[in-house]
Amino acid sequence: MIKVKWKNICEDKDKRPEVQEYHNWKELPPIPISFPIKGSIGTTGDWRTFKPVVNKDTCTKCGICWMYCPEATIIRNEEGEFEVDYVYCKGCGICAKECPTKSIEMVRESEE
Amino acid sequence: MVEAQEDFVQERETKIIKGNIAAAYAAKSARVQVISAYPITPQTTVVEKLSEFVDNGEMPGTEYIKVESEHSVMASIIGASTAGTRTFTATSGQGLFYMYEMVHWAAGARLPIVTTIASRGPAPPWNIWADFTDIMSCRDTGWMISFAANHQEIYDDILMSYKISEDYDILLPKFVAYGGFTVSHTSKPVTIEDQDAVDKFLPPLPDERGWPHIFLDPERPMMHGNLIMPSGFYNEFRLKIHHTMLLAKEKIREVTDEFGNTFGRQYGNGLIQEYKMNDADVAIINYGELAMQMEQAVDDLREEGYKVGCVKLRYFRPFPVEDVINIARKVKVLGVADRATAFGSPTGGPLSSEVKSALHNSGVSTQVLPIIMGLGGREVSLEQQKNQLKVLTKINETGEFPNNMIGGTFWDGLLEVE
Repeated sequence: MIKVKWKNICEDKDKRPEVQEYHNWKELPPIPISFPIKGSIGTTGDWRTFKPVVNKDTCTKCGICWMYCPEATIIRNEEGEFEVDYVYCKGCGICAKECPTKSIEMVRESEE
Repeated sequence: MVEAQEDFVQERETKIIKGNIAAAYAAKSARVQVISAYPITPQTTVVEKLSEFVDNGEMPGTEYIKVESEHSVMASIIGASTAGTRTFTATSGQGLFYMYEMVHWAAGARLPIVTTIASRGPAPPWNIWADFTDIMSCRDTGWMISFAANHQEIYDDILMSYKISEDYDILLPKFVAYGGFTVSHTSKPVTIEDQDAVDKFLPPLPDERGWPHIFLDPERPMMHGNLIMPSGFYNEFRLKIHHTMLLAKEKIREVTDEFGNTFGRQYGNGLIQEYKMNDADVAIINYGELAMQMEQAVDDLREEGYKVGCVKLRYFRPFPVEDVINIARKVKVLGVADRATAFGSPTGGPLSSEVKSALHNSGVSTQVLPIIMGLGGREVSLEQQKNQLKVLTKINETGEFPNNMIGGTFWDGLLEVE
């Protein structure tokens, strides 16, 4: 019976290693697991074709874009304004679609 | 029909019940926490009986989920098991096929789900009777697959299944298959074990922290079933499932032994059960209910002086390669009887193809006769099984195979209408 290292990780379930290091199949846990850390799958902003641009003049700071963003890339700054984290925003356009004052425009990346 | 109300089973008692009802009692004895159900013949009375148990309050704390399809059955059971519960469901034939996508997922996620299959022939032609082609389609899913040959074995094997599947070194789902109608709808005595004894035999129910490798807790979020890029550990995770299957053979032997010592019913070495094999010249491997009838055929022919034996295959996955080689070594001609098809495979039968594969390069030169019979519930009589043993004996004595073989396989009992 092969000694399985993954038990050491899972024995203390409150322990959530940010980086798991495995060298071969014998060390692997039974299934791949990951724990939520920012950017665990890389800089997903690279995927974007259209970028959301917030018009701060018409924005009413209602926060609907912040609520709807599936990737939590809408950031509320200290002034209460909403900004986009372009490192991770995939450009899905949900924020622009949901914005009640049409204050978010989807701009083609190359046209900027 | 409403059956007599009964309280918790407090001590072992023997009931005359149908195979499906034995499966329901086993789920009850195992204190399963979540059952998801969708009816399909011939499995339906398993989940009907369980709904009765839950409704009567005989399974306190058990969640019974009614869903709209078999696909959702397995999807919901996967969710329940991921959350850290002991789960159960049952299906058959077309229902299993509809469930199939999720069947792979359960094994890949390494969830110890136990599911019974009252096997039936795939359609078309439409068929609801005994035929193991349905469960054989799950050969490569990563589920362990065992066959229960009789009513008591259904009950016993489900209990053993939880102990094997939930072992932290195994963590694989498991099917228990038995013949539709031949076992599911016939009645025989079944001993329902004392609840305390079952509790002691089985591992404790998972607590709120769930299984060791996977858990759902909003306070401690984790992601599983993640995408692995081609350069990542995908090959290695698949190898782990196969490697675990190999380890499971030892666990199956261990648990079967422990079950025998605890409850007094022995099932060979767990993977196979031999019958009068010690001095046999020829023998047949069967699985399911026809393996039981074959023992009678062996007894009858032994009275006539034939040196014959038989083997009941209990596990198809993991496949008992070593045991099959040992059996083959004992005899000169080995019949392998399938109540299932594997169209276009080397022999046309799923088990006979496996046996031939296991014997290749094993140094055993035993002749193998693949047999296919009893598809779609076609009756396989005692006389027919005795004749199969005689065919094997003839091969042994004269080297002559039957002259009506098709693609190297003996299709026994084909209709010839005048």
